[in-house]
Amino acid sequence: MANGTVALEEKSFYEESTNKYSGILSWLLTTDHKRIGLLYLVTICAFFIVGVILGILMRLELIAPGPTIMEAQTYNTLFTLHGVIMIFLFIIPGLPAIFGNFFLPLQIGAKDVAFPRLNLLSWYIYVIGAILVLISLFLPGGPIDTGWTFYIPYSVRSTTNVSLAIFAAFVLGFSSILTGLNFITTVHRMRAPGMGWFRMPLFIWSIYSTAWIQIIATPVIGITILLVIMERAFGVGIFDPALGGDPILYQHLFWIYSHPAVYIMVLPAMGVVSEIIPTFARRTIFGYKAIAFSSLAIAFVGYLVWAHHMFTSGISDTARWIFSLLTFIVALPSGVKVFNWVATMYKGSIDPKPPFLWVMSFIVLFSIGGLTGLVLGSLATDIHLHDTYFVVAHFHYVMFGGTGTIFFGALFYWFPKMFGKMYSIKWANISVALFFIAFNMLYFPKFIMGYMGMPRRYFDYLPEFTNLQVISTVGSWLMGITMIIIFANLIYSVKKGKKSPENPWGGVTLEWHTASPPPLENFHEIPTVTHEPYDFSQLEEMKHESK
Amino acid sequence: MNEDKQNKENHEHITPYSTYVLVWLALIALTSITVTVSGIDFGMVALAIAMLIAAVKSSLVINIFMHIKFDEPIFKVFLMVSLFTLVIIFVLTFFDLVNR
Repeated sequence: MANGTVALEEKSFYEESTNKYSGILSWLLTTDHKRIGLLYLVTICAFFIVGVILGILMRLELIAPGPTIMEAQTYNTLFTLHGVIMIFLFIIPGLPAIFGNFFLPLQIGAKDVAFPRLNLLSWYIYVIGAILVLISLFLPGGPIDTGWTFYIPYSVRSTTNVSLAIFAAFVLGFSSILTGLNFITTVHRMRAPGMGWFRMPLFIWSIYSTAWIQIIATPVIGITILLVIMERAFGVGIFDPALGGDPILYQHLFWIYSHPAVYIMVLPAMGVVSEIIPTFARRTIFGYKAIAFSSLAIAFVGYLVWAHHMFTSGISDTARWIFSLLTFIVALPSGVKVFNWVATMYKGSIDPKPPFLWVMSFIVLFSIGGLTGLVLGSLATDIHLHDTYFVVAHFHYVMFGGTGTIFFGALFYWFPKMFGKMYSIKWANISVALFFIAFNMLYFPKFIMGYMGMPRRYFDYLPEFTNLQVISTVGSWLMGITMIIIFANLIYSVKKGKKSPENPWGGVTLEWHTASPPPLENFHEIPTVTHEPYDFSQLEEMKHESK
Repeated sequence: MNEDKQNKENHEHITPYSTYVLVWLALIALTSITVTVSGIDFGMVALAIAMLIAAVKSSLVINIFMHIKFDEPIFKVFLMVSLFTLVIIFVLTFFDLVNR
């Protein structure tokens, strides 16, 4: 793709800093996009682990009917915190903030993002938001218990620390907006010579589309949160019907952000899939432009479907069928992507390394998640399934099976580039297999229970659900073990892993044209792009370059 | 990138202070009008009038204070994308509201 050259003895970004400090300060005051990406990696993983532990505790409570290890109020708090942490602290910032930061400049041949200081500020805002969430747990009043959707009227009446917790989400939104702004500017202004829009790797297309959603949708949740806080503090009557307000207006405003936010979560994952498949199938991507434009189409149509979360909330019949129709339409660009990925593998020379295996489990799990979304998008079936475990199973298949799986896929794919080390392939393979089994044990029974009528967010259940609940809980233990294996393998490899070759997978996008880990300003000299992004004919040239 | 283009990009439009003051006065005048007409009962048209005045005010701020008028066309495109999205969100929400 490029004729950039690599000096073998160059210092990596670990050894060279953007500031005069050393040690921890050189990290906390860094403006290097790679270090900021790693700061995000550490903080986001820490919150992910907290979210996983909360999830396992909830499953443990549900191992038998009746109170098992906690009371109802504690359970309410746990599912709220599990949701808030997983959504606002893990999955929304996850892929863009970690891998977008680290790889966007690398993949477009830039030295850094357009606004490096703003980038560091975004991380600090994220940390401040996270600290506010933590503070809200321990102040008098107790942790928030409204569910992560903060629905009116309960969120106005609840005596728990709702205002502070949602203010934390408000602060976190700014981190998201600033990151989006930075990425859009970087993509417009800083592409290497020769990198036209249609020579950009598809991960960049997806991050670019995501950034637009971050900028346009996030302010809506910001304003909504401020209105809830005003409603709680002063009773202004925007949402309270007793004062002339409209509680359904809250749901509209909330989902106008939170549905596009689903695409903030999943679009970058789709971008990573479009990187991994060509690399491991040794074949250029099938339908490059179709995938690129489907990212933009998802970003756009994703704005138009929010009220499918509200079919049973009392919205008008006209709105119901319009939003149901639009929901079916948004499935089309996702389908375009899946077919193109599968077509890319056809007659490819497939090398089933761990990142590729993560992608395989993504395609299966995400397809189940996506298709069950259509069941919920149909008006008639939604009335039966709304607010049941079916919904819980659906969004875990999309979010965890989709984005979560690719979070690990991306980590295993780019780990050698980020750390210059290689992990144990054997343990990585074991963890993918265990993940797939644990995931389906944990969430598939929820589809059945939901269909049978088990409502979500209940800490108790009827005895006939016991068997399926137990299978799900055992699945959560297996998932916990899988997480331990994944993190142990990666952390051990960072410390004691074997040195990785520069290009262990034979990737051809620009990040594989530089050293592993990359030098401070990414490339010895700014590369000139001469090939299409997934043109594997350049692999031979690249071997020659690195010699 | 050739030198001409670079010069063109670096060229900044300088707005005289008098324009800023005029715009400021216009904004204050429009705000006074908003407050004044809110006391008159225009019935259904009241909201439209308030929104119209707000639209004029924000277009002044966007064009003059935020320099969109003098900047590259791409920024106008970005702005239009946001406005377009906002209009769609309004229209779709009203499909619910007016048919309830």
